[in-house]
Amino acid sequence: MSSLRQIAFYGKGGIGKSTTSQNTLAALVEMGQKILIVGCDPKADSTRLILNTKLQDTVLSLAAEAGSVEDLELDDVLKIGFKGIKCVESGGPEPGVGCAGRGVITSINFLEENGAYDDVDYVSYDVLGDVVCGGFAMPIRENKAQEIYIVMSGEMMALYAANNISKGILKYAHSGGVRLGGLICNERQTDREIDLSEALAKKLNTQLIHFVPRDNIVQHAELRRQTVIQYAPDSQQAKEYRTLAEKIHANCGKGTIPTPVSMDELEQMLLDFGIMKTEEQQLAELAAKEAAKAAAAV
Amino acid sequence: MSLDYENDGAFNEKVIEEVLSAYPDKFAKRRKKHLSVAKGAEEGATGAEGEEGQLLSECDVKSNIKSIPGVMTIRGCAYAGSKGVVWGPVKDMVHISHGPVGCGQYSWSQRRNYYIGSTGIDSFVTMQVTSDFQERDIVFGGDKKLAKVIDELEEMFPLSHGISIQSECPIGLIGDDIEAVSKKKGKEIGKTIVPVRCEGFRGVSQSLGHHIANDTIRDWVLDKKETTFEAGPYDVNVIGDYNIGGDAWASRMLLEEMGLRVVGNWSGDATLAEIERSPKAKLNLIHCYRSMNYICRHMEEKYGIHWMEYNFFGPSQIAHSLRKIAKHFGPEIEEKAEAVIAKYQPLVDGVIAKYRPRLEGKSVMLYVGGLRPRHVITAYEDLGMQIAGTGYEFAHNDDYQRTGHYVRKGTLIYDDVTGYELEKFIERVRPDLVGSGIKEKYPVQKMGIPFRQMHSWDYSGPYHGYDGFAIFARDMDLAINNPVWGLFDAPWKKKEQAPALQAAE
Repeated sequence: MSSLRQIAFYGKGGIGKSTTSQNTLAALVEMGQKILIVGCDPKADSTRLILNTKLQDTVLSLAAEAGSVEDLELDDVLKIGFKGIKCVESGGPEPGVGCAGRGVITSINFLEENGAYDDVDYVSYDVLGDVVCGGFAMPIRENKAQEIYIVMSGEMMALYAANNISKGILKYAHSGGVRLGGLICNERQTDREIDLSEALAKKLNTQLIHFVPRDNIVQHAELRRQTVIQYAPDSQQAKEYRTLAEKIHANCGKGTIPTPVSMDELEQMLLDFGIMKTEEQQLAELAAKEAAKAAAAV
Repeated sequence: MSLDYENDGAFNEKVIEEVLSAYPDKFAKRRKKHLSVAKGAEEGATGAEGEEGQLLSECDVKSNIKSIPGVMTIRGCAYAGSKGVVWGPVKDMVHISHGPVGCGQYSWSQRRNYYIGSTGIDSFVTMQVTSDFQERDIVFGGDKKLAKVIDELEEMFPLSHGISIQSECPIGLIGDDIEAVSKKKGKEIGKTIVPVRCEGFRGVSQSLGHHIANDTIRDWVLDKKETTFEAGPYDVNVIGDYNIGGDAWASRMLLEEMGLRVVGNWSGDATLAEIERSPKAKLNLIHCYRSMNYICRHMEEKYGIHWMEYNFFGPSQIAHSLRKIAKHFGPEIEEKAEAVIAKYQPLVDGVIAKYRPRLEGKSVMLYVGGLRPRHVITAYEDLGMQIAGTGYEFAHNDDYQRTGHYVRKGTLIYDDVTGYELEKFIERVRPDLVGSGIKEKYPVQKMGIPFRQMHSWDYSGPYHGYDGFAIFARDMDLAINNPVWGLFDAPWKKKEQAPALQAAE
């Protein structure tokens, strides 16, 4: 168990966490690592590309059927995907009812108690959107993930989310051993994206571990429920994910305690990069536009 | 026949100081506001609304504030206030403790709310009904289970007249929509279903639970059904009598004997129909002001029904209350009230002749809940006993204002008292009797001081009305003059002492 590495992917909803994590883990398995993926999202789509199908039998849906989680066997919920990657989805309630956070806690406890973590090198948690409550912080608590990778992009809300997640990590960094492994920028082709990502990484006392360029091949693979590694193993994009996987593998124990910034600081950074404009700038632009309009009218 | 006495205020001030000195500064500062000594009232001050006559003292303490963790407060929670106090005694409804099993299980039948009916057939007060939440109900939400529970209850208890849903903490945390379930199922089964959002984490004590429960009566019961009830000129509702050990029955007798018709008793031995027809009554008589003043104020605003506080503990207060109530209805009823008082006077005289000599001059400390810390005082004084200290678990400012009509200058007043404070106070004051709850009973008795439970009447009662007074007097005598107190010292340490008094036969 001492060699077991537990990592987790967090990030704003829709940023590409699941796609990035599954591609990276597919590359890691190529490197000979034994991997368990724990999907911690009620939507249960964290293992779709590895299993080439959406996993139906989530821990919680089976537990609800059987009566309670104590009635389940590990084999009921553990599925084997691409090159032997073990996959589990925690699942959860339909939107708007119940407590999905409690579901994550229940599932992770079940997996631990039933030995799902034996005989693997990596456990990877894929967690939804933001650390909204204690349940979704479960993977970063004591004795769970050692390193967190935040998937982000140059968009403002993704940066906000990255900062918020860092706050969550900081909260548990001193009680447990959790560290921030780094930022993974999933290119959105916004202005000065690399610069901005690197600047944020510096502010958060971490590194931009990799910049994943945008490539439509990801979309093609995804439509076929596959990772790029499986769909187009020789493509440039597959190489990018392999590089990311190597970097993460080499990053063992190099995580840092994040230094999240205040809202003001974050906004100032965006201003500095010209992503966000001050009111004066906006007024000036508006005035210029009006002037141009007036000139055109004459 | 009230006594004239004063407590040693200076001594009590010193005791408070001594107690506070054991606390860290910050904590002492907070607790200081909850402890005081009743000050003398100004001449002619009339005090609180709803109380008449001269104010005897001023009880100025801070109240209804969050307890500090670790102090062993005796308070309950909002669920306790709604399920345990207000809704639980309504006998022909099934009350679901909605959530995990513990809240319902450990509060099962704690309040001794007596009722007439066949349990499990048409009455359900002493049954424990829970939705018994499991992990999956938390994760996936409990609304479906609640609907199923309602279906099952309807099948098992077709003679029930309704259902109340008493929310435990998780219901509020996971955001279940119990109102929607109530509306839907209510239509399906054609009965009243009341969803009560009394999650235990709300508010600082059970007091908020009373308020929430009152509001649900307003929103989900009153004016919801056509009632064929024909109102009469002398109809009254008794509000805030929970029929503990039969209290409401001992009270109702007197009201009926003086020519009134009690059309509803909230909520001891109550039916849903009594609550539904209550807006047709002429007067609301409120005993436990703290737990049900809210609905009385609502009925006053909406239906123009006056409300009046009364006190049926001990002959002085009973006579005073009967006269006050009668006055509202005019000379005919007043005449009958006098006849009632005269009728019971021999009983009162007998009780006092028998017990007063055995209890004269004995001092009492009280620590109870809603109304008793003040309402029972005069009953003790009728027996020649004196109140040395009193306090409430969950009172508000208006309760302490009313207390000024009962306690004498110099009386020790303690709000939301901590385990340590109460023990110290008792140790220093060493009263002849302490009246409080089960948690206090055995420590106090081990200190060598007689004790009576004043929540449950120590499995006795009723204590309301004239009949109740006779039982009350007997019980206090049993506690104080029990020969066991003469055996308290170890035999080898026995010193010369007077022979113990014989207990009453």
